Amino acid sequence: MRGGGAGWAFVAPALAIIGVFFFAPVAAAFALSLTDFDIYALADLRNIRFVGLGNYGELLANPLFWQAVGNTLYFVILGVPLSICASLGAALLLDSRLARFKAFFRTALFAPVVTTLVATAVIWRYLLHTRYGLIDAAMGAIGVAPIDWLGDPRWAMPAIVLFAVWKNFGYNMIIFLAGLQTIPEDLYEAARIDGASAARRLWHVTLPSLAPVILLVSLLTFAGYLQLFAEPYVMTQGGPARSTVSVLYFMYEQGFKWWNLGMASAVAFLLFALMLAVSMVQLAVARRRGVA
Amino acid sequence: MKPSPELRSAAAGLAVNGLLVLGAAIALAPLLWMVSVSFMRPGEADSFPPPLLPRAPSLAAYRDLFAHHGMGRYFANSLFLASAATALSLLFNVMAGYAFAKLRFAGRDRVFQFLLGALIIPGQVAMIPLFLMLKALGLVNNFGGVLIPAAAGVFGIFLVRQYALSIPDELLEAARVDGAGEFRIFRSIVLPALAPIMVTLATFSFLAAWNDFMWPLIVLSDDRLYTLPVALASLAREHVQDSELMMAGAVVTVLPVLLLFVVLQRYYIRGLLAGSVKG
Repeated sequence: MRGGGAGWAFVAPALAIIGVFFFAPVAAAFALSLTDFDIYALADLRNIRFVGLGNYGELLANPLFWQAVGNTLYFVILGVPLSICASLGAALLLDSRLARFKAFFRTALFAPVVTTLVATAVIWRYLLHTRYGLIDAAMGAIGVAPIDWLGDPRWAMPAIVLFAVWKNFGYNMIIFLAGLQTIPEDLYEAARIDGASAARRLWHVTLPSLAPVILLVSLLTFAGYLQLFAEPYVMTQGGPARSTVSVLYFMYEQGFKWWNLGMASAVAFLLFALMLAVSMVQLAVARRRGVA
Repeated sequence: MKPSPELRSAAAGLAVNGLLVLGAAIALAPLLWMVSVSFMRPGEADSFPPPLLPRAPSLAAYRDLFAHHGMGRYFANSLFLASAATALSLLFNVMAGYAFAKLRFAGRDRVFQFLLGALIIPGQVAMIPLFLMLKALGLVNNFGGVLIPAAAGVFGIFLVRQYALSIPDELLEAARVDGAGEFRIFRSIVLPALAPIMVTLATFSFLAAWNDFMWPLIVLSDDRLYTLPVALASLAREHVQDSELMMAGAVVTVLPVLLLFVVLQRYYIRGLLAGSVKG
């Protein structure tokens, strides 16, 4: 076969890197999650013991782990729909024939996506400051009492959601915009001839045509948002009262603060399982509605 | 009486553009505020009501940042790591992506499908054993440890493969008939044809490496090796009160990637769409 040896030679370096530094660690992570690998094992490998599913059992009995799962699901369930609505709204505006300066608006709306997460999280920490922050000042101007966004356990996660929506909506906006541009114009024309209003055209033409894109975007956004980490690390350090400790933050604490690396690997696998479960639910819902 | 169609479309136009202005203002306001505060004098931002513009623009925060907080070093670290990650990613992913698209070899399609399937595994699953592995290799607290996972990736290979599919087979066959070797064909025909997607991949790799946080945070413990995001997060934990200093740090971190994006956004957006609309 032509180019057979060359083919393998071209892919071998990349495959070797991915195999050694991704697939092998993934397999090792599962093995590690079945051990009590901790700071003593880090010093001397003879201190490892096999504990079977012990780490998983301990985690599932640990209220702090469940709190992290609850916090993460709260972030995702609030954040994903809000993000998708913001993205879709922005895409519809940009796609409108009435919109002017489209290139400028597209760049401006997309800008937060390319910024460095840590830097913008720092900015938002100051914007959300109770006394010197612009957000409370703006709310004060219209007569709303100030909120201690990052200091109140009830508000810290919603504040992180607001930040995440601001940071990320531009990404899906671009995907929606591309989807909108593939909807054939005659569908709208036919609806217009039938006397459908703009709202009905949106509901009966735009959204059904966009359904596969909405499914794709929500799968990607759910998976991304379940990996919440840097936002609480920078903005709240998991607080107040552990109200913003996410699953990944919990893993980081277990692994790199307490050096319970066996336990942390089990957390990573449970997060993976959670991600798969959420994707399955979405695909099942989509199938029932005839999208996928 | 119903309003005339002209009036209604004028009102709709006003609403659409008004909302776009509002959206753009919300997207840009935090960034503009960051720039404004970074030019304030120490302590100026912490007053009530919060000032929007500096009374007398000053570079005090920037001077403090570079003179006393090692910002120059972190900037150099980030620049080096992001550039090296980009170079490695181009080297490995372009070769592999081209081969998966155009060279025939046994098991090609099965290997590619397997790689795509692996995209559902979150990178964090590999982090802990990878950390132990790099520790054994002496690459923890070392730039090598930061670079290795960025050197090749399924997304990069996929991006290049999809683009390389459009290279005409006749072109490659003609070169083979003329007796050119595979590496020579790669250098003189394939690389020029892939130039646009290489710009896309380079932009993606650079931004991803520059903005990455969790992995450098784990691998780098010596603060002289910190990247900008790791240094900024550590500064933010120590200097909660110094708004001006923190905003100047955010400007130094964000500005390079923002400029890069504005210049190369055509390429970046193509990659974003290729990555999400699979097939």
